[in-house]
Amino acid sequence: MSERRGETIIPNNAAPKVTVRNLNFYYGRAQALHDISLDVPERFVMAFIGPSGCGKSTFLRTLNRMNDVIPATHVEGEVLIDGRDVYAAGTDVVDLRRRVGMVFQKSNPFPKSIFDNVAYGLRINRVTNSKSELESRVEQALKDAALWNEVSDRLKSSALGLSGGQQQRLCIARALAIKPEVILMDEPASALDPIATSKIEELIFALKKDYTIIIVTHNMQQAARVSDLTAFFLLGKLIEVNTTEKMFTAPDDKVTEDYITGRFG
Amino acid sequence: MEYHRHLDDELNELRDRVLLLGGEAERALERAMNALAERDTTIARDVLEHDDQIDQLEVDVDRQCVDIIALRQPAARDLRFVMSVAKMAPILERVADHACNIARTVIDLNLEPEPKPNSELQRMGEHAVRLLRGALDAFTSNDAMAAREVIKQDADINALYNTVFRNLIELMASHPQTATRDARLLFIAKHIERIGDYATDICELTVFMAEAAIIKHLH
Repeated sequence: MSERRGETIIPNNAAPKVTVRNLNFYYGRAQALHDISLDVPERFVMAFIGPSGCGKSTFLRTLNRMNDVIPATHVEGEVLIDGRDVYAAGTDVVDLRRRVGMVFQKSNPFPKSIFDNVAYGLRINRVTNSKSELESRVEQALKDAALWNEVSDRLKSSALGLSGGQQQRLCIARALAIKPEVILMDEPASALDPIATSKIEELIFALKKDYTIIIVTHNMQQAARVSDLTAFFLLGKLIEVNTTEKMFTAPDDKVTEDYITGRFG
Repeated sequence: MEYHRHLDDELNELRDRVLLLGGEAERALERAMNALAERDTTIARDVLEHDDQIDQLEVDVDRQCVDIIALRQPAARDLRFVMSVAKMAPILERVADHACNIARTVIDLNLEPEPKPNSELQRMGEHAVRLLRGALDAFTSNDAMAAREVIKQDADINALYNTVFRNLIELMASHPQTATRDARLLFIAKHIERIGDYATDICELTVFMAEAAIIKHLH
């Protein structure tokens, strides 16, 4: 038996779903991300942690080009999904965002019925013309988002009548309906009470078998609970990426340890 | 930054408390060995009477570890420290229990004819005290290298134990009339040998605390 020091558990055969190489991101002339490189294996959950303004949300949004809508920004480097650069010329950004779905900090249901919220992406992407298939896809997405049992008898009711936690799971169902491959979550439970948070976390755990999930969170216990891998960002730089187990028991980097133990600054 | 200062305060308090427990366990062992050397029943009884306080200290350390884990959710080096202390407290309490067992045996021995001085047994006791002190010093200074040195020295106690064991068995065979008394000395030797093992356990926890390396069952 040899000494054990929180060995890395990433299986060698786990192909990276998301590969980032030498990514720099600029707001005008201000550089927000510096030379980020990392791999997210398929069907893993990776958490991004770091203090406010460290660039973790900006980085998350580079993965499905959500920053494109912000004027005067530009990106250098590569973001590969299944080996294809999402910033390559001719990339269909709408298709990219179908493949790489996103759930935001504040739930943002449309002022429509529960059904229409989930069906929205299916309709605009013209996934199906069949009413029965549409219903079946909506039902499956709501089941996958662990919301079906709570809303199956009121699908025509306004989504705005749902609780905060239910609205957030509805947004996850909306993302799942169009069958993404990667789900980005930007502090999905930060506005929720502990019970609703727990449901989101259980959902993340259940979704892991089918999806690659990347979650930004300020709650380090949440990162520890839900993720397989954790990446620590500081001042726009990736300081350390490691298995979550190792990150929270024996991180490699002193700066990471200072942050994890609350002695930062 | 109040929160962080407070956590440091709590961790320092926990460190002080477990070191107090360690100091008490070391003192119990030292006094039990003195009682043996001096054939002093009064000292032996003092060791026994003091054990309740040591038990209470262990409970206090245990409770504080649970509180810190529940309320502070320590991570990384803080987590390793709290976990090490939580595992160390019952070890130290058991050291004190062994000291009590030695003290009880001394009380019984003092009712019997005085045996010849057993220098190996006394050396074992002195060595165990040194090991325990070294283990606690290494823990205090978070010094994995020092802890590893202490672990190596446990072999000396084991060697002394084998000598004492052999000599006492020979004595019991040649002088059956004092076999009960010699059997009691044998029990004392075994208690001391176990204390050496406990010093090793403490050192393993120090290595884990300092380096996040698990070295249990490797030596």
